[in-house]
Amino acid sequence: MSAELSSPTPLAQTAAQALAGVSPEPGVAKPDPIIVADDVVRRFGGMTAVDVRHLEVQRGAITALIGPNGAGKTTLFNLLTGFDKPNSGNWEFNGRRLNGVSAGRVARAGMVRTFQLTKALSRLTVLQNMQLGATKQPGEGFFTSLVKPLWAAREQEITTQAEELLVRFKLDAKSDDFAGSLSGGQRKLLEMARALMAKPELVMLDEPMAGVNPALTQSLLGHIQTVRDEGTTVLFVEHDMQMVRRIADWVVVMAEGKIVAEGPPSAVMENPAVVDAYLGAHHDTDLGDESVMAEGVLEQLEAEEATE
Amino acid sequence: MNWSDLLSLTAGELIAPTTAAYALAAIGLNIHFGFTGLLNMGQAGFMLVGAYGFAATAQAGQGFPLSALVGVACSVVFALILGIPTLKLRGDYLAIVTISAAEIVRLIGRSSVLSDITNGAAGIPASRFNKDFLGLSVLPDGRTALGPFSYANNVGDGWWTRIVAWAAVLLAVLLVWRLMSSPWGRVLKGIREDEDAVRSLGKSVYGYKMQALVLGGAMAGFAGILFVMPASVQPDAMGRSMTFFIWTILLLGGAATLWGPVIGSMIFFVALMFIKTVMRDVLPSVLRPEQLEPLAGILVGITLMLLVIFRPQGIFGDKKELMLDVR
Ligand SMILES: Nc1ncnc2c1ncn2[C@@H]1O[C@H](COP(=O)(O)OP(=O)(O)OP(=O)(O)O)[C@@H](O)[C@H]1O
Ligand SMILES: [Mg+2]
Repeated sequence: MSAELSSPTPLAQTAAQALAGVSPEPGVAKPDPIIVADDVVRRFGGMTAVDVRHLEVQRGAITALIGPNGAGKTTLFNLLTGFDKPNSGNWEFNGRRLNGVSAGRVARAGMVRTFQLTKALSRLTVLQNMQLGATKQPGEGFFTSLVKPLWAAREQEITTQAEELLVRFKLDAKSDDFAGSLSGGQRKLLEMARALMAKPELVMLDEPMAGVNPALTQSLLGHIQTVRDEGTTVLFVEHDMQMVRRIADWVVVMAEGKIVAEGPPSAVMENPAVVDAYLGAHHDTDLGDESVMAEGVLEQLEAEEATE
Repeated sequence: MNWSDLLSLTAGELIAPTTAAYALAAIGLNIHFGFTGLLNMGQAGFMLVGAYGFAATAQAGQGFPLSALVGVACSVVFALILGIPTLKLRGDYLAIVTISAAEIVRLIGRSSVLSDITNGAAGIPASRFNKDFLGLSVLPDGRTALGPFSYANNVGDGWWTRIVAWAAVLLAVLLVWRLMSSPWGRVLKGIREDEDAVRSLGKSVYGYKMQALVLGGAMAGFAGILFVMPASVQPDAMGRSMTFFIWTILLLGGAATLWGPVIGSMIFFVALMFIKTVMRDVLPSVLRPEQLEPLAGILVGITLMLLVIFRPQGIFGDKKELMLDVR
């Protein structure tokens, strides 16, 4: 809609170009994957929440992970980032095996995630929340923390970086307020900004747009593209198909724990397997904006319904 | 009633070694609970372990510095033993483990199992371990009076003990100030708010929680040493009610504040002494002397309840900050 978003940046073009030759089928290999996962299975009791045969995430691109509620998106995030343990399976990040590695180590390796249910650190100020996201602060060691000159310079850098990000995310006015006093949407913004403090190689956002007002969503989409253009790979979960269509270079669709489709946004939205996943299984599911689905698909769907 | 007696008795509590010992233990608990969110329900156990370690070494003829170091080291080991299995689990597990471990230490201490070291339920009188400490005194022998405070210089319950005890408290306050205004302290506060968020930012939460448990435990260990200096290592004097008093002090002063534990301890002991003295004067016809102590305990309990209801942030705490919990 807005001009800045519809005109693709050169990097967007490269990301899109890199993925241009990739055939849109589940588990397809990518030219330059940052994540390669194989046979990742997570069961809760008798229920299989995640069962991913093969998944690759292209470096430098924005990949959207979509799927109906309970598809296993968050569980997959938890597994990849070390917050949950799989029943089986293994995966690599940057060629390094990361299964069985603790959540803290995963983040230090350059893979930082946010949470679907926001985790703002309430009784820390917004600025402190941001500062905590930074890496390589020697003052976070017990003994070095006792000698301020050892960490004051780095703290200054961190603070500057934090303030810049806060301006970008329109939270600079709240800098000295407790994070607990922020609104739900502001917390989402803070959490995303905080994740970026570490300058991660891959940032994984679990529904970053949920609860953020439409005007801000515009700029948030812009931020996500900027992040990609600055060289960070983005993997995000989102239910709003319009958002996905607008910024994603690649879309991965999950349903009932499995990856059922992959491809560029436009192709995926027309994929019958996706429509099935969303509408076939749950005919009463509200997809929000109907115009999201290609009109042909909807007609086809209505025709199906009529014949039933 | 003799008012000047009442005043000097209660004022004496302001600077008593016991008040300092409790203040130091509460500062340690503040690192655990106030800053890191760790539920340590056995702070008295850390003190008792420290006191035993110290007393055993001092009795064996070692000097005060080495004995104190051994005492604190014992508390550190105690913290590690309790922390290694529990800090990976949810918060309540630490609470259960610390409360039972503290009881185990006390029960072993008062039993005859290790009576060579602990002297069983009778405890170790201070005269057996505080000679070297008092020998380090820079004060001349004799008595000094300062306003309402008049004590002998170099006895267990004298000026030297008071000076060392309060110096230790000040040092601990300074240390907490330095640590908590540093990035290290910021990580602890983050853990208190949400462990998983801090984990997602690449910090090793377990390591930080362990450091906090050890630091607060070490402070409790030294507090235990200060506590026994005037009287004796008495396991039954360092049980659950001691832990309970330390919690009262911390909540009274205000958790996660710098001076809360110190001022909390002063107010607590002045008030307790005031209540006990007044009761002793006013109520002897109704109550027998041995009933006074439990009654004072009941009053402390009621105070704690009123405090949590009407001023949950404590004296120094920021009400706004506390409200954030209620989302
Ligand atoms: N800790 C758990 N214990 C038991 N079942 C769980 C647990 N976590 C997730 N599940 C189940 O696993 C399935 C996948 O859940 P998950 O949270 O990954 O879905 P999702 O794709 O993120 O959904 P949404 O879009 O609603 O966020 C769900 O059926 C859920 O009930
Ligand atoms: Mg989810």
